[in-house]
Amino acid sequence: MTIAHHLDDATLMRYASGDLDEAFLVVVASHLAMCDHCRHAARKAEELGGELLEEAEAAPVQAGSFEAVMNRLDTAETGDAVQPSPRPFGSAGSDVPLPLARRIGGRLDDIAWRTIAPGVKKHVIATQPNSPSALYMLWVAPGKAVPEHGHGGAELTLILSGAYRDAFGIFGPGDIADLDEHVEHQPRVEDGAPCICLVAAETPIRFKGIVSRLLQPFVGI
Amino acid sequence: MALSATRVNTAEHDDRMDFIALMARVCEQDRSAFHQVFAHFGPRVKSLMLKSGADPALAEDIVQDVFVAVWRKAGQYAPERGAVGTWIFTIARNIRIDRLRRLSSQPYEDIEAIELVDDQPDAEQEMEAVQRAELVAGALVELPADQREVIELAYLHDLPQSEIASRLALPLGTVKSRMRLAYARLKQKLEEKI
Repeated sequence: MTIAHHLDDATLMRYASGDLDEAFLVVVASHLAMCDHCRHAARKAEELGGELLEEAEAAPVQAGSFEAVMNRLDTAETGDAVQPSPRPFGSAGSDVPLPLARRIGGRLDDIAWRTIAPGVKKHVIATQPNSPSALYMLWVAPGKAVPEHGHGGAELTLILSGAYRDAFGIFGPGDIADLDEHVEHQPRVEDGAPCICLVAAETPIRFKGIVSRLLQPFVGI
Repeated sequence: MALSATRVNTAEHDDRMDFIALMARVCEQDRSAFHQVFAHFGPRVKSLMLKSGADPALAEDIVQDVFVAVWRKAGQYAPERGAVGTWIFTIARNIRIDRLRRLSSQPYEDIEAIELVDDQPDAEQEMEAVQRAELVAGALVELPADQREVIELAYLHDLPQSEIASRLALPLGTVKSRMRLAYARLKQKLEEKI
């Protein structure tokens, strides 16, 4: 898989420092599962954290703290050893990256879409109440154009299948559009196949103009 | 002055080497090696949690969680992927997400599992973990104070970017660009050594 569009460095650092809410974390991790380049880049951002920890001043632990750790290890069940999962995708034959497969299952074909406009289907993925951003998937028909729109907040879109084109280029499987709140774009899905993507969005998109608000269902592309 | 600076660096180099050797012994269930790792990193993890807003009792409890995980996952520590401090930072970060932010760190666990199974170390990663850590430390020393402040608030104090912006009375875009500049310097340091 050739991936042309990667995560912004500031987003990588939010990932490394643990500052993404649930929706953004699922999208970033799903991209990392598909993208060796960003996985290596994220590791560098984590090395920064390691060095900051190394240089942090020490705060004394309580007397007996180490013994308490050993005591917990000695009395715990042994059955909870960590089992690495072997594949970037959920299972054999899966076309869904592992962090997303945990939410929707292993196959894009099995998603229960809801039609929200002609040629546009949506599937909302539930997140915890303390995670304010929205997480959802979109299915957009081949050749479909979306009106020019800005974003009310940061938005992250990972292409899982198909492709769309906007002023930033062509976005195909594995590509990520890491857009901040100031960006406006006018994507059009390429001919031939629908575009399926995973979106995290801080706040709903605001379309320019009153008529376009009727197109609010196009949120996320 | 120059001589003493060299000596300090050598001591740090030796320390970092020692922790990699200690982790190999922790894999063999060596409790005294584990105690040495705890003695060094335990108080640093506690400081991280206090800065992140945990009260002292909770910080102490999280330190114990972190080291229970360090012992159980010791076999997954791979020196070619980074220094011991980086690995412990990621474990502490994940537990901080679970316990302080009350979100799930499962996506991080998924990526770690994929790395363990799939990733071949690239040229940069083949560089010795200790040498890499020294380059990262060097990049940190050279960082302008305003960039260093922003990344410390993000990594150590667990502040969201938006909160860093309001605390420093800066536009969000400025916080992001300082983070990008800090990262670019780190990347440049690591790449020029290959």
